[in-house]
Amino acid sequence: MPKPAAIVGQVILYGAFAAFIGTFASWPKYRQIPDDVALIKLSISHLGDRECRKRSPEELAKLPPNMRAPMDCPRERSDIRLEVDLDGQPILRTVMHPTGLYKDGVSTVYKRFEVPAGTHRLAVRMDDNLVRPGFDYVKDEPITLAPAQVMVVDFNPDRGGLFFK
Amino acid sequence: MSFHATLRQGVSSVLRRIEEALDAPFGGEDNPLRHLGAVGLYLLWIVVGTGLYLYTVLDTGIDAVYRSIGYLSLEQWYLGGVLRSLHRYASDGFMLIMLLHLLREWSYGRYHGFRLYSWMTGVPLIWLAYAAGIGGYWIVWDQLAQLSATATTELLDWLPIFSEPAARNFLAPDSITDRFFTMLIFIHIGLPLLLILGLWAHVHRIAHVDYLPSRRVMLGTLAALLVLALLRPALSHPPANLATVPGALAFDWFILFIHPLTDLTSPAIVWALLFSVTALLFALPLLPHPAPAPVAVVDAAHCTGCDRCLADCPYAAIGMAPHPTRPGVKLAVVDADLCAACGICAGSCPSSTPFRRRETLVTGIDLPQRPVDALRKQLEKALAELTGRCRIVVFACARGAPAKALAADDTAVIDLLCSAQLPPAFVEYALRSGADGVLVAACRVGGCEFRLGERWTAKRLLGEREPHLRRTVPLARRQLVFAAAPDTAALAAALAEFRSRLERQPADSDRLPTYLRRTSDHA
Repeated sequence: MPKPAAIVGQVILYGAFAAFIGTFASWPKYRQIPDDVALIKLSISHLGDRECRKRSPEELAKLPPNMRAPMDCPRERSDIRLEVDLDGQPILRTVMHPTGLYKDGVSTVYKRFEVPAGTHRLAVRMDDNLVRPGFDYVKDEPITLAPAQVMVVDFNPDRGGLFFK
Repeated sequence: MSFHATLRQGVSSVLRRIEEALDAPFGGEDNPLRHLGAVGLYLLWIVVGTGLYLYTVLDTGIDAVYRSIGYLSLEQWYLGGVLRSLHRYASDGFMLIMLLHLLREWSYGRYHGFRLYSWMTGVPLIWLAYAAGIGGYWIVWDQLAQLSATATTELLDWLPIFSEPAARNFLAPDSITDRFFTMLIFIHIGLPLLLILGLWAHVHRIAHVDYLPSRRVMLGTLAALLVLALLRPALSHPPANLATVPGALAFDWFILFIHPLTDLTSPAIVWALLFSVTALLFALPLLPHPAPAPVAVVDAAHCTGCDRCLADCPYAAIGMAPHPTRPGVKLAVVDADLCAACGICAGSCPSSTPFRRRETLVTGIDLPQRPVDALRKQLEKALAELTGRCRIVVFACARGAPAKALAADDTAVIDLLCSAQLPPAFVEYALRSGADGVLVAACRVGGCEFRLGERWTAKRLLGEREPHLRRTVPLARRQLVFAAAPDTAALAAALAEFRSRLERQPADSDRLPTYLRRTSDHA
């Protein structure tokens, strides 16, 4: 049977163990972004365009009947150029490369920008075929962000291309 | 001395002091620092047990999971709430104990040689434990879960493993489906199962594993966690809302520290840190270390196949095989990779008895660097040189309290690689060959470098384990002292007290008949 002093010592030490666990299981509090800041998440996953060529009637005639596709498209996808401006200032300039060994997969980007809450002007430009000059998709409009709001910039051709959510 | 060796020595010195200080209130058997592995396992069993209950009552679904966990904490606080809090705090405790265990084993140099396997199998468990812990937080699907899920996937996306960013799964409130939660729960069960499997491998090459600490430690730990669960119950944060960033959150720094670290630095730095620390842990055994001591050697002619060395070896380094020349008899076989060269096997071998008449004492299993024959010769020489009214032989573990300073005209000190290297018959042999008393100094309880030395020594001398000291050996003429390196004064005091006790008792009251090996004909 332990002595009373030993029992007191054990109680203190087990208490210290519990206090240590209890303290650092919830303290200090953590805040990922300051109070008056919002978050813009840019997340795009898109297949780059392909530079297709129309086959001539002579070429088509040479092909077996079951392979006479009118367009000749390479397997590789184009890189995608993306630019983002906030209040007229560039915050991102990047070129997204297609995934896959044959460069035939989607090109993706995921970035987060912490911006002060309030009204801003956000411009996103995307070119998914670098052979053709200019941007194929552009979205440029004012946005109002509440503190701690998350605004997503995404791309969906079925929703008209670039969109803010 | 290298920086690594200096650092290791510094840390081990601090840890040893704390460990020895905790012996005062706890005693060696109940000192949690001496049984970190067992305490960690115990905490894991609490996590598993409470987790099983939570699994049975948890509804899987975005809103349902939050509601059902909230119900447990608020409405059923006396059962579900307490179990949830225990689940969380035991997980935190497990992380803390796991890291302390790692630090202790590293600082004590227990990561190479015969411990290599345990070290190597232990490192991946850290990853598994953290993965299971982080995943557990997601299940609640509150704001902390949202922060952790987003931050973890953003961290994972830095690695080129997903064709599409995993963080896209947590872009907007409509990104999450009920199926995600079902999958999450299976992951949260699967990873701990893998962890348990890994733990089995981790202790696979250790014999007599303490799967649980002593009952007092279990009760103390459970009581501490229960009080904590009642005083500070684990509660959910507001429900997750992917349309906003969570504000200030009560944060579990034991498990989720990696998220603030990533925010403070970058995913690249965090991955570099994680991979380099892991690589360093794996590479530690490759650093130069002193050559391992020669391992135990079996003498087939003297091995009786009794299994005692197999039963006593702390590292499962001994197996039994058919004897090459004696049909139906087994023979001990030593696995050199696992042998710690502690000599416990020699101490357990019945052939190690010093009463055997042959001039050279050859035993069934022995250590080349400190054979039993040399031990007997040293004892006989020391006994012949002892003078005085009360002659005492001290058998002392070389890793315990330094005993050399106790040597005197009437005191012979014989160092052992481990106290359990001493065959118990040596105590009787010393008493029958001229000693008035025998003192055996082992390490403190739970403090044996070879895990079980002091335990086997005590059991053998008390007659609770084979080979046992014969009951005819008077209790008054033998003394077992548990003394760690800083206990020199305590050992000296124990010896002085033993001597005074021996001197007080009549000289021939319980003296054993004299035995002279060279003239005896009955051995």
